[in-house]
Amino acid sequence: MTQGQIEEVIHTDALIVGAGPVGLFAVFELGLLDIRAHLVDILPKIGGQCSELYPEKPIYDIPGFPLITGQGLVDNLMKQIEPFHPQFHLGEMVVELETLGTPDAPLFRVRTDAGKVFEAKAVLIAAGGGSFQPKKPPIAGIDTYEGASVFYAVRKMEAMRGKRIMIVGGGDSALDWTLNLKPLAERITLVHRRDAFRAAPHSVNAMREWVADKQMDLLIGQVTELKGENGILSAAVVKGEDGSLHEVACDALMPFFGLTMKLGPIADWGLGLHENLVPADTAKFETNVPGIFAIGDINTYPGKLKLILSGFHEAALAAQKVHRYVYPDKKLSFQYTTSSTSLQKKLGVS
Amino acid sequence: MVQITYTDAKGTARTVNGEVGSTVMETAIKNSIPGIDAECGGACSCATCHVYVDEAFLPLVGAPEQAEEDMLDFAFDVRKNSRLSCQIKVTEALEGLRVTTPTKQG
Ligand SMILES: Cc1cc2nc3c(=O)[nH]c(=O)nc-3n(C[C@H](O)[C@H](O)[C@H](O)COP(=O)(O)OP(=O)(O)OC[C@H]3O[C@@H](n4cnc5c(N)ncnc54)[C@H](O)[C@@H]3O)c2cc1C
Ligand code: FES
Repeated sequence: MTQGQIEEVIHTDALIVGAGPVGLFAVFELGLLDIRAHLVDILPKIGGQCSELYPEKPIYDIPGFPLITGQGLVDNLMKQIEPFHPQFHLGEMVVELETLGTPDAPLFRVRTDAGKVFEAKAVLIAAGGGSFQPKKPPIAGIDTYEGASVFYAVRKMEAMRGKRIMIVGGGDSALDWTLNLKPLAERITLVHRRDAFRAAPHSVNAMREWVADKQMDLLIGQVTELKGENGILSAAVVKGEDGSLHEVACDALMPFFGLTMKLGPIADWGLGLHENLVPADTAKFETNVPGIFAIGDINTYPGKLKLILSGFHEAALAAQKVHRYVYPDKKLSFQYTTSSTSLQKKLGVS
Repeated sequence: MVQITYTDAKGTARTVNGEVGSTVMETAIKNSIPGIDAECGGACSCATCHVYVDEAFLPLVGAPEQAEEDMLDFAFDVRKNSRLSCQIKVTEALEGLRVTTPTKQG
């Protein structure tokens, strides 16, 4: 942000950190109480662990659903919260949280790594096991090359022009980047531990044609050593299946070993973490900072179970307290969705 | 009960009893064996339960199925005897099974 530039601030009643099943259901519970929400998730897709880790696998303990898949649950939740028009900000990580208000009238300024700024009366942390981040291979000294020569994602393709790039992995990310960067790169070497690829067949075929044409290289093996100076890579050593070592000159290394969950910036928000979890009370699932709530897998309290159904309950109770902050003068009366005409109006079913 | 020995990357061995029908990963978690994270709880979707199976037991343990082989792409320093321990069922035949955990899981 350069000086003099005016930041555009997105104002919202509630900001939800994490679009996993619990963040999604929070939209519903908040929506019934006329509280509008924006959600931020570092993943490019909605659904947290359910859609990232086990979209096709069955879940057996969602009340009322003897069997539903991870993705099926997320799709249903999306349908359920549609009437409340939640605003999603995907592919962005919430990095900063600043307290502006008072304990009685909380107000928070929240920033993402993409530079978006929100002002919210309540923040619901539904961050699960933390933000999904790329796995880092255990190659000695790899962190010294990160940023300059080792990349887990590419934000600006142009920066890769004319480079000798080594891409490691056998899935869609590895193959997509191979295809995308091929026209720009000086040379591409794809390294994978076996001569079988999980990626879409058409990208694998394209890659194989280029290899046959000697337009790029494919090495079967694993990267064991990096060579270079001052954070600038000059070569990588690949160990073949037979144990032979190949030194490949390269300026950039892009490893794709999937994602793992890391707590990330939440650790810096003064929430008194306990074993990387956010302590919350069990009446309203508020943290030690009034106006900041923790729901789902990210929170801890006596008796906590990391189950989706627990997260749903937590979201419902948190919403009641959020209402007090958003509408300090309004009284809440308890209502059923089955019989309340006002709730049904909100759901668009009356 | 079937005896299983887990050796960590530094060479420390721990022998515990595994229940027939459970998995080598579950047995490790139940006995607080270090070096196995099992982030996904055995769903073959995280590759943080990676182990090296002692050569002598390889024929008994068998080869990984396609889904496990694919998931092994996400593990580090994969070798010929690499397996995901959540996909190895404990059977009587595996009595005395020895596995080694890698230097890094996730
Ligand atoms: C294989 C497997 C099987 C499971 N089976 C069951 C089951 O049968 N029944 C059951 O009840 N539960 C099951 N679970 C657990 C269940 O998936 C979790 O309890 C649930 O996903 C928690 O939901 P959540 O919304 O709290 O968090 P998550 O689903 O973890 O979602 C959190 C989201 O927050 C995002 N995030 C975190 N920090 C940030 C940040 N700073 N900025 C932006 N985004 C951020 C993450 O990227 C993530 O997408 C299973 C889990 C796994 C892995
Ligand atoms: S526990 Fe996740 S793959 Fe085995």
